[in-house]
Parts: sequence; structure tokens; C-alpha cells
Amino acid sequence: MSPAVALLVRDVKLAWREGGAIGVALGFYLVVVVLMPFGLGPDLNLLARIAPGMLWVALLLAALLSADRIFHNDYEDGTLDVLTTGPLPLPLVAAIKSLAHWLTTGVPLALMAPVLGLLLNLPLDAMPLLVLTMLAGTPAVSFVAAIGASLTLGLRRSGLLLALLVLPLYVPVLIFGVSTVSMAIVGPGSPWPPFLMLCALSLASIVLAPFAAAAALRTGLR
Amino acid sequence: MISLANPTRFLGLVEIVVPWLTALVVILLGAGLYLSFFVAPPDYQQGETVRIMYIHVPSAWLAMGIYAIIAIAALGTLIWRHPLADVAAKAAAPIGATFTFVVLVTGSLWGKPMWGTYWVWDARLTSLLVLFLLYLGLIALWQAIEEPGRAGRAAAILALVGAINLPIIKFSVDWWNTLHQPASVFRAGGPTIDPSLLTPLFVMAAAFVALFVLLHLIAMRAEILRRRVRALQQSQVEHAALAGA
Amino acid sequence: MPELGPHAAFIIAAYAVAFVAFGALTLFTVEDDRKQRRLLMEMERRGIRRRSATKPAAPSVKMAKPKAAKAPSKRGTPRPRKTRS
Repeated sequence: MSPAVALLVRDVKLAWREGGAIGVALGFYLVVVVLMPFGLGPDLNLLARIAPGMLWVALLLAALLSADRIFHNDYEDGTLDVLTTGPLPLPLVAAIKSLAHWLTTGVPLALMAPVLGLLLNLPLDAMPLLVLTMLAGTPAVSFVAAIGASLTLGLRRSGLLLALLVLPLYVPVLIFGVSTVSMAIVGPGSPWPPFLMLCALSLASIVLAPFAAAAALRTGLR
Repeated sequence: MISLANPTRFLGLVEIVVPWLTALVVILLGAGLYLSFFVAPPDYQQGETVRIMYIHVPSAWLAMGIYAIIAIAALGTLIWRHPLADVAAKAAAPIGATFTFVVLVTGSLWGKPMWGTYWVWDARLTSLLVLFLLYLGLIALWQAIEEPGRAGRAAAILALVGAINLPIIKFSVDWWNTLHQPASVFRAGGPTIDPSLLTPLFVMAAAFVALFVLLHLIAMRAEILRRRVRALQQSQVEHAALAGA
Repeated sequence: MPELGPHAAFIIAAYAVAFVAFGALTLFTVEDDRKQRRLLMEMERRGIRRRSATKPAAPSVKMAKPKAAKAPSKRGTPRPRKTRS
């Protein structure tokens, strides 16, 4: 097994074993979506209209909740220092950890979204597209979250600070992610242009974000 | 730039320049305000409220320009290790945030008589709102990291990430706006500007630039001194530890 | 004051907010500057000096990696900083 794959497998295993973190993210997602109608009223038409936006925003928040654990555990026990001097280039390490976060947080959240969509009266035939869109967009979420996690390494209240730093960067993901689903439901026009933009954002994040994250890790470890 | 890298020499320069700059700011601001209120004619569409533009538009230019300066300073920190680059970036952020705040508030106050609402989610204002959040993030990051070296490098990375994202955000907000544009299309950018209105605009812009440079230099000096104080306090603690132990 | 029209309140409010915001910014900036100078003079008075000769890690604004190698000779000997108040 190559070192890269080994690191990925290790991180995914650790996250699953920790279990709690993933469960908490899913639970938070559920709670936020449940809370919304209490604030907005039970009008199903209204809920159906805002469902894509709601599901996306709640997903962003839930993903950010677990973002500071991308590097935290390894930072605490010194593994991160070892990884810096190891055979893998640091940007690759950051990329692998971001990928692990996506696999253990982004994907579960995306898969849970349609279930929550039921609560918000999201049309059933929109659900496959919703899942696809979220699967396409959550890599951007995870990889950008890793930048925030690396910048706030070891700081107090890093979770909140991380969210403050990173949420403005999610505006394009949110816009294109929600528009894809909305346009499929209501129109006007085809949902595929925003969907392609979303994919482009994810691809760009996968390629570029690890370098920023690695640079931030180096400043935090010095 | 290189010759100013020496902090002590830089401080000497600040000492000399500040009084002149202060005078310049006062003159330019006075001239700008006079032109804005007494010379510029009311716009035939917007009436007197166009005078708000004389603060709103130059502030927007400064808000964006200062972020560009921070991004360039970030490059200076990360690539060329210029010793004053992160000081410049840290000092500029609160000033940029204030200008952005003024843009948003004056935009809101301009919007109410113009279009009937205190806020519109048009592309420009929304992008400026996001810019405000980016400024807040930078300031928060600086506050959160104790050691100035690490703080400067981390903030530089964040500034560059933000700078790269800003065009993407602007583009996506533009696109989002065309989706949701209501039937009554208003030119949120304001009417086309008649040349007779331009002079006060440029004078106010010049005044703001002078104000920025003045405050920036003072803030940089304060930051340099703050780091010296911190270093002295630390060496004092070490002294006490060695002596007392 | 020229005739400001029916929306005078908005115009005045806009200028007032700008004035207050820039004023507050200026005050904070200048006050912070003064405070640091005061602190530094206070420490000078108590005899704490910049130990740039012995401790290279002291003022952290000095470059750790002198790429833009500016002559550090001026900082070789600790000398009292003249600060005007």
C-alpha cells in the first residue's frame, strides 16, 4: 500500500472509529433542518421553495462543525510534525486529509439530505439531483474547510473562527449548488450550467486548496 | 520598498511625513466637502441624494483598493519576506473594514430614498458585504494568534485565498442576480454620472486616499512599537525567571 | 447649508455615519499609537533596553531570514529611543 493510500485509510478508519464526530454532524444537520419550520411556519409551499437553500446552508454549517478535526488530532499528538518530514509532500497530506473529511462527513451529509428534504416537502423527483449536486459540491466544502482548519491550528475557539473565515468563501458553492436544484424544480432554464460551475469549483478546490492548507500548516507548526 | 525595510528608518520617515499628511487630508477633505455640497448640482433624476454618492463611491474604491494592498503585502510576507509587509497588512485591515462599513451604510441610506428599501442584494453591494466579512475574518485571525510572526504568515495566506476567491464570488453573485432580478430592473449602480459631478468625486477620493495613507502610517508605527514592547516584556520575563530561579 | 430636498435626513445621516466611522477609526489609531509610545517610554525609563546585540529574537519585526539584507549595523548597540510625545 502506498504511503498516500495508507494515510487515507488510516484517517478514514480513525474517523469511523471515533464515530461520535460523524454522528454529531449528522445529528446537527437534522436538528437545524427540523428547527427551520418552527421559525418559518409550516406552510408546505414555502418550505418546498426554500428547501434547497435550507438543506445547503445547514449542510455547510454541519460540515464546518467537524472541520477542525481535520488536523487537530494529529496536531495534538505530534503526528503532524512527523508527516511534515515524511515521504509525502505536505500539500498531498493536506489533500488526503481533506479527502478523508469528505468521505466521512461530506458524503454522509449529502446522502442524508433527501431524507431531510422530506421534512421540507422537497419534491421527490428532485432528490436524485439534490444528492448528485451535493456530492459534486461537498469536495469544495471539505477542501476549503481544510484551509480554515490549518489556519486555526491549535487556537482556542478555533471552530467558530474557522467558520467565520471560511463561510464567505462558500458563497459561490452555495449559489451554484442551490441554483442547480431550484432550476430543476422551478426553472427557468437548465440546471446543468450551474451544476458544471459547481463541479468546476470542486475541481479547482481539490487542486489549489491543499497548497494553501500546507502553507498554513507550516506556519502553524514552526 | 527595500530601503524602507529597516523599521527604525521607517519610523523616522513616519515622524516626518505625518504632519504634512495631516494638513493634506484636512485641505482635501475640506475642498471635497465644499464641492460636494455647494458646487455640485443636484442630479436631475436623484435630486440632492446624489450627494451621498460623494462618500459612497470613493469609499468603495478605497475598500477594494486597500484589500488589494493587503493582498500585495501578503505576497511580500510570503514570497519576499519583507519585514514590514505583515505590519502593513495588519495595520491596513481595520482601515479597509471601516471604509467597507461606510460603503454599506451609505449605500443603504442612499437606497432607501432611491429604491424604497434599505438593502438590495444586487451584485455590487453584496460583493462589498462579502468583502466586509473577509476583512472581519482577517482581523479575527490576527487577534487569535498570539505570536506576530505566525499571525502575519497565516493572515497573509488568508488574504491571498480571499483575493483569489473575490472574483469568483463576484461572478457568482452577478449570475445569481440575473436569475432573481425582479421585473422592475433598477440600475443599482446608479445613474450614469454627468461630468460636472466628477470633480467632487475625485477630490473626495483623493482625500480618502490621503486619509488612508495617514492612518496607515500611524497604525504601522503603532504595530512596530507594539512588537517592541512585547519583545521587551518577554525578555523581562526571561530575566526575572533566570534571576529569581 | 444648501437646500437638501425631501430626503435631507438621509443625506445628513449618511454623512454623519461616515464622519463618526472615520472619526472613531482615527481616534482608535492615534490612541493606540500613543499608548504604545507611552509603554515603550515607560520601559525605557525602567531601564529595559532592546537587547538586539545579544538576543536576535528580540523585536520580532526584524527579519528572521534577512533576504532583503538591509544593514543591521544601526541596531548593533542598544541606544535609548527618542520618542516625541
